[in-house]
Amino acid sequence: MSAPAGADVVVVGGGNAALCAALTARESGASVILLERSSEWDRGGNSKHTRNIRCARDGTSAATRYGAEEFLGDLRSVTGDALDSELARYLIAQSREVGEWMEAQGVRWQPALRGTLQLDRTNRFFLGGGKALVNTYYARAAATGVTVSYEQRVERFVFDGERVTSVVASLPDGTRREIPCRAVVVASGGFEANIEWLRRYWGSAVDNYRIRGTPHNDGNVLQTLLEAGAETRGTERGFHAIAVDARAPRFDGGIVTRVDSIPFGIVVNSQGERFYDEGEEIWPKRYATWGGLIARQPDQLACSIFDSKAWGGFIPCMHTPYRADTVKELAEMLHLPAAPVVATVERFNAAAHDHGTYDMAQRDGRSTRDLPLPKSNWALTLDTPPFYAYPLRPGITFTYLGVGIDGYGHVRRGNGCVFPNLFAAGEVMSGNILLKGYLAGIGMTIGTVFGRLAGREAARAARA
Amino acid sequence: MPLAPDLAAEARRQLTICNACRYCEGYCATFQVLELRPRLSDGDISVVGNVCHDCRGCYQACMFAPPHEFAINIPLLLSQVRTETYATYAWPSALATLFGRAATGSAIAAAVGLIVMAGISLATGGGARFFAADAAPGSFYRIVPYFGMVIPAMLLSLYALLSFGMSAAAFSRDARIRLTELFAPRALVSIARDALTLHWMSGGGYGCYYPEKEKTSETRRAFHVLLVAGFISAFLSTTVAAIYQELLGVLPPYGMTSLPVILGMAGGAAMIVGATGLLALKVGAAGELISRTMLRMDVAFLVVFDLVSITGMALLFLRDTPLMGTLLLAHFAALAALYATIPYGKFAHVVYRLLTLLETRRDVVAPPVAAARRQGASGPA
Ligand SMILES: Cc1cc2nc3c(=O)[nH]c(=O)nc-3n(C[C@H](O)[C@H](O)[C@H](O)COP(=O)(O)OP(=O)(O)OC[C@H]3O[C@@H](n4cnc5c(N)ncnc54)[C@H](O)[C@@H]3O)c2cc1C
Repeated sequence: MSAPAGADVVVVGGGNAALCAALTARESGASVILLERSSEWDRGGNSKHTRNIRCARDGTSAATRYGAEEFLGDLRSVTGDALDSELARYLIAQSREVGEWMEAQGVRWQPALRGTLQLDRTNRFFLGGGKALVNTYYARAAATGVTVSYEQRVERFVFDGERVTSVVASLPDGTRREIPCRAVVVASGGFEANIEWLRRYWGSAVDNYRIRGTPHNDGNVLQTLLEAGAETRGTERGFHAIAVDARAPRFDGGIVTRVDSIPFGIVVNSQGERFYDEGEEIWPKRYATWGGLIARQPDQLACSIFDSKAWGGFIPCMHTPYRADTVKELAEMLHLPAAPVVATVERFNAAAHDHGTYDMAQRDGRSTRDLPLPKSNWALTLDTPPFYAYPLRPGITFTYLGVGIDGYGHVRRGNGCVFPNLFAAGEVMSGNILLKGYLAGIGMTIGTVFGRLAGREAARAARA
Repeated sequence: MPLAPDLAAEARRQLTICNACRYCEGYCATFQVLELRPRLSDGDISVVGNVCHDCRGCYQACMFAPPHEFAINIPLLLSQVRTETYATYAWPSALATLFGRAATGSAIAAAVGLIVMAGISLATGGGARFFAADAAPGSFYRIVPYFGMVIPAMLLSLYALLSFGMSAAAFSRDARIRLTELFAPRALVSIARDALTLHWMSGGGYGCYYPEKEKTSETRRAFHVLLVAGFISAFLSTTVAAIYQELLGVLPPYGMTSLPVILGMAGGAAMIVGATGLLALKVGAAGELISRTMLRMDVAFLVVFDLVSITGMALLFLRDTPLMGTLLLAHFAALAALYATIPYGKFAHVVYRLLTLLETRRDVVAPPVAAARRQGASGPA
């Protein structure tokens, strides 16, 4: 069976947004070719690393309801008011419906994982996580007649005026392939795996970043779109970044390098100083700020220190924490200046106290007293050996800077018009919704909702 | 008793990554038990390994499966842990090496069994009647006398029980499984139910990725349930026959509609279907997801099961013909292969399964997702 030379709709990318677009375009009657840059084994981009999707829902009680207004409020509280509110409202309204469509494709659910129960109301977990989800979509693509081609790096588009007429991809053997089409959906992710692009905004700090997801999202298609006159959305430094263990691999370490011990102790930088309130908010609301915080520290290095009382309270990272009987020894193991670290711990212990009950499930108000930089909750003294530490680096999840889209998913052109048959979905347009901060699970909502929109509208554009 | 250091180190490496991820928690109890035993002593690793029913859901869901640098392959790893567990706790330990030679072991046992039974037959005058058609009550015992059948079977059974008892005690000690809990009626009911329904073989509630890597199916569970049911039925048949003979004084062969024969036939048929089906699935499934030793052990065990059932069924249908003597000896040879290798072949998995089912009782871990839904538990909705 030879691959068809062209199609109504060509989808660029092989992650969640691309698959949702391809399946929906196919549902709408279009012939579809999906071009994934990776090989088959590591298909699925960042989406294969995910575990849940944020969805509004009409529950029967306050314990199960997650209304559209609450969702929008949560979104604004993390990202500010500069988001495109029309798109945000569409995203949230649709998030209530997508679950049913996902089930129809064969996606299965599971209860919130242990240790993530706080997300039970707002997020839905797919059985087995993102790789299983992506497998389901690929199986569905095969069953419905979407042509999937791997190891196809899309390089550029051929335009006739403002319309795309074909997509050019390079193949592993160095040859190029030109695929005629009537509409295109770009769902090729952000540029988080492109160190040189990140360097433009972050300087040499990027050499210490870990890229948590796929090495394939280098943003080359985004670059092509911007060069063709697409409008930019989002901010240069906008990204989702968390604290990962410094021993994590440069790329693709996924969820298992994430460090969740931060609210259980204190975090010091390479000078041995604390630099941010570790107990500001419950962890699910704050984990995504720590990548950026560490990125701004000297050498982009920090260290989460806790004592044996905390052990067992959080999901451990794949790397074993360093362990010593005294804080001094621990600092030495980590090549931190021992005296400042010991002094920081002593100052912290003097300011911590035992009033109120310690409760990790909510802000317990156990705050440090009279510390210039407080720890607002869960301020337990570090006094029970052995002491533990995870060395931390910024772990970049994905970048927000992307192209603007209109309410139909068309890529916007700088002059206020749109490309009539060119659509975008997923990380590549996340800057319409996310400027800073993050809401757990919204990456998959963005990909699913705007992927479905782009697929449907691309099929329509192909018929026109 | 430690596991092989290389295997234990590799298990710790992979399972630590799993415990940091937990995405597979919805598939089965393995990952939940892992979370309860994060220190991963050798005993903990053995428990985790023996909780796994090899549904392979976790492999297809793993973003870190090879060729990813983390190289996570839990079905392969845990099948290695299980084979190691059987060998580590084999009693006496000198015979542990038999686990790696399942086919040879079974063949030798069959040959020895054949020689012994033929010897008993000859020594007791069965040889003369060997090829004579004989349908009268007690016909089997004119080929091999009753004591010649019962004594070897008793000895081998007692030996297997002793051997498994020693293994179970040692394993439970290292694995920190409290055997006393076994005697609580609720625990027994839970274990029996999960064992008979092969509860955890349904993966996330949708079946195994077996033999296909990308599609779930309940076929494997169905074949396995058949095999177990058939085995139990055949065992009951023998028990009822013993009652007929000892208490009622009725000698075999029994009529085609008698209870022992019906139980025997149903059991035999179920075992043939179950064992043959499992054999086909094993051979068709992905080889990189199972330890070679385990696969050889599985195949040998299933072939022996098939031979026992087929010779038994043939004996039933041809018992009035001159072939009876030959079939009787063939059946004994197959039974010898089964009985003599019980403590040193795949049968051993029953012991470790039952013990670890104590660790996966419903009050300890959540059932698989679909099962939870069927039971009306609130899903993620
Ligand atoms: C460890 C981790 C955990 C996460 N957990 C969650 C979570 O639980 N919930 C959530 O909502 N979000 C989560 N995210 C974020 C989430 O992964 C993304 O927001 C989402 O997957 C983006 O989907 P996408 O389809 O836009 O991009 P991707 O899934 O990254 O897909 C981009 C695709 O484009 C392909 N591609 C790139 N360039 C080219 C080219 N030139 N030609 C052809 N193809 C190309 C790539 O190979 C890839 O297949 C997580 C991210 C990481 C890294």
